[in-house]
Amino acid sequence: MSNFFEKSDLSRKEAESIISDTLQKCDDGELYLENSKSETILLDDNKIKNSSYNSDLGFGFRAISDEVVAYSHSNEISKNSLKQSSENLNSTLKSVKGTYNHEIPKSNKKYYENINPIEQKSLNEKIKILNDVNDYLRSKGEKVKQVTANFLGEQKSVEIIRSGGETLSDVRPLVRFNVSVMLEKDGRKETGVYGVGGRQSYDSYLRDENWKSVCDEALRIASVNLESKPAPAGEMKVVLGPGWPAILIHEAVGHGLEGDFNRKKTSAFHNLMGQKVASEGVTIIDDGTIDNRRGSLTIDDEGTPTEKTVLIENGILKNFMQDRLNARLMNTRSTGNGRRENYRHIVLPRMRNTMMLSGKQTQEEMIKAVDKGIFAVSFGGGQVDITSGKFVFNCTEAYEIVNGKIGSPIKGATLIGDGPSILKEVSMVGNDMMMDPGIGTCGKAGQGVPVGVAQPSILINKMTVGGTKL
Amino acid sequence: MVKDQEFLKKKASYCLSLAKKSGATESSVVVNNSVSETVNFRNKKLDESNRSDNLSVRITTYIGKRKSTISSSNLLNDNLDILIEKCVEATKNTPEDEFNSLPDKNLLANNVKDLDIYDDTHIENDQKIDYLKKLEAAASNDKKIVNTESSFTQNKSNFILANSEGFCDGYKTSSFTASSVTVARDEKSMERDYEYSSKCFLKDLDDADELGKLAANQSIRKLSPKKIGSEKIVVIFDKRIAKGILSTFASAISSSSISRGTSFLKDKIDKKVFSNKINIFDKPDILKGLGSRNFDGEGVKTDTLKLVDKGILKHYLIDTYNGKKLNLKSNGRYGGTSNLYFENGSISFEDLLNSNSKCLYITETIGHGSNIVTGDYSVGATGFLVENGEFKYPINEITIASNFKEMFQNITLANDLDFKYETNSPTMMIEGMVVAGK
Repeated sequence: MSNFFEKSDLSRKEAESIISDTLQKCDDGELYLENSKSETILLDDNKIKNSSYNSDLGFGFRAISDEVVAYSHSNEISKNSLKQSSENLNSTLKSVKGTYNHEIPKSNKKYYENINPIEQKSLNEKIKILNDVNDYLRSKGEKVKQVTANFLGEQKSVEIIRSGGETLSDVRPLVRFNVSVMLEKDGRKETGVYGVGGRQSYDSYLRDENWKSVCDEALRIASVNLESKPAPAGEMKVVLGPGWPAILIHEAVGHGLEGDFNRKKTSAFHNLMGQKVASEGVTIIDDGTIDNRRGSLTIDDEGTPTEKTVLIENGILKNFMQDRLNARLMNTRSTGNGRRENYRHIVLPRMRNTMMLSGKQTQEEMIKAVDKGIFAVSFGGGQVDITSGKFVFNCTEAYEIVNGKIGSPIKGATLIGDGPSILKEVSMVGNDMMMDPGIGTCGKAGQGVPVGVAQPSILINKMTVGGTKL
Repeated sequence: MVKDQEFLKKKASYCLSLAKKSGATESSVVVNNSVSETVNFRNKKLDESNRSDNLSVRITTYIGKRKSTISSSNLLNDNLDILIEKCVEATKNTPEDEFNSLPDKNLLANNVKDLDIYDDTHIENDQKIDYLKKLEAAASNDKKIVNTESSFTQNKSNFILANSEGFCDGYKTSSFTASSVTVARDEKSMERDYEYSSKCFLKDLDDADELGKLAANQSIRKLSPKKIGSEKIVVIFDKRIAKGILSTFASAISSSSISRGTSFLKDKIDKKVFSNKINIFDKPDILKGLGSRNFDGEGVKTDTLKLVDKGILKHYLIDTYNGKKLNLKSNGRYGGTSNLYFENGSISFEDLLNSNSKCLYITETIGHGSNIVTGDYSVGATGFLVENGEFKYPINEITIASNFKEMFQNITLANDLDFKYETNSPTMMIEGMVVAGK
């Protein structure tokens, strides 16, 4: 763990007294310290293109009074710098008269080990695997025109000091391994991308030449796309495969259930608590407690232990995802969803691992039930307009369904739907729930945080497919 | 206060000399400091203040044709010592790449002009609050507006770029940005939209009242949208969306996409990529320009480029590494374009709207639907149905799709270019796109 005061003219005691003085009459707030180390090693175009290392250190000081948040951050952990930040906070919150809420739940549970994945494998070993990836994929034939593969590794140490000196800390490992391959056949180019990752060592994902299965999957997707036809355009039935396609859940309903949008009444869900928002059989949870998952956290960035939060139970809206600020203003408790990209950013309610739980049907039954529609297996990114509820996501692997049978692959099309109504259009929920491979990053208000998703296969009665074939 | 040149230069030269001592044959370094102060309002009340003081250093060391990079926010010499040693060690262990090198010395910028991109004015938070009060009053005037969130940011930055070939330069930049996001509601729907103004100089910033009114009107006019059927249709892109299409073009002609063979515009130099009337410029020396610069991220001088001349592609955007790979000289586009724009078309906005009896006017797109490898384009969209030049009703939950190769050949531009962003386009009409709706 980092000792943030080791090389500073500021002692922990002095810091604690500045924090307590500053937050005295505030409702909440803390000093958040962060030390992160990260690396990227990139192979591209037959070469190691980039090996880079980043070390980032800084603090963010937050004071909250009623609805107002004052925030100041800096890279310099020094007496001067913390005092300047304190003055800056006080100048915003001129005449505060709150009572500091000291209450914060405790837990001893940990969901990942205290390791530094960067140091666990030498640069040479990592370079060797990337070169092996390149050789392996390029040996698959003439049509392989481009291979890109990379390692991303990170260790982030955080410490939260609250008024009164209460201290909470966490050390978070995170790795990701990605492969992208471009094929060319008869002048046509298509790409396939696949990756794996989570909060453990690289070896957990790569032992026994596991990297080959990552390559095979990227290659398979690219090969499928080489044969793809223009996608249809218009409203039709859509079967989503299990796992990563759950970013539909993340975009369509997840964001709309974050506390801030509901407190501000800008979410399409803000007045639907306790009401039926999804078909029977649809249960959605947000879970920060699954071992070693990309979206898991031992404590959130306000120090609250994470939990398994039920958002929608059997179709009924049960809970929003909360940080401390929005929970207080909505008279409820934090669900441990207060997150930030790093010390440069304020805390917002954010998702962790968002999952739709299994039902009873099989994927075969779903395909059979579709006369004309598409079967979407994998997606690139998605996006949502919280207010209108409209969301999109882009297929990276999809097929036509004709008369209950899977037909030809179709070109990357955008699917668009309406968040509040889409879950009511779910007519079958599969028995095959799967987690995503550990690659998701969610963007909100300019902040990216690692997240996970999971779902079984589902059949959606009606969605608009944005193809070019009328 | 943002750190002065003296401080940044001292850090830069410390890094260069340490890199040399540690065994690097060449090296380059960027030291940056940016200080920004933001005040946010929500529903006419103070919501958030945010002061951000960011230091960063990025060092690249070479040993012959081997290269590695480190970056950090901790500029204490103790930390730099450890990092540079680590960087040189990683360089030794990284395989050679024949194209790795610092830029050619004769391409480095030597006479740095004053581009008028730094305003020393400091606006206190209280003054920001006054501006936001006025803005939010205008934004929430109509009772259909149920939520407003507005923001004012002052940003001051300073940087030094130096390399072991003797290049050492940098300058201050400033920006003042105001924005307002409004939510409008009626019985049937809730819609959100925004307006925004960003300038180098405080005095050039849009009037708070005007900005608020625009932000409100843009949400209100989207209320009670309809969905339309799937069909082939003429699409008109509002300027704020049209500029995104120009940005996609820029990424497709970046030398890295070209050298890797992953762009639909590979091998298209001197070929007709756009319709005859289209000219595209990248002009780095516009005074007060939001994308103006004297040199690129490697210190290479940047001249104005006419990227597309009468529809014909004339240049890629070239940096040192990919230039060497393609056997082309860097044209100072490490880090992308500067002030990129389509030259004005020949007809007015009104005539463009009137040129077809029915078209779709797009004000917002969502999703990541641009594929640079294949040129395929498919995004979610929001906008208006226009008939005989008149806005009939708002539309949402549709997608628009085509392929850029085809779209570029079918562009008609209005003559309403302005320089609101770094990348700018007049209002753009594209024929023959497919809309998917009902």
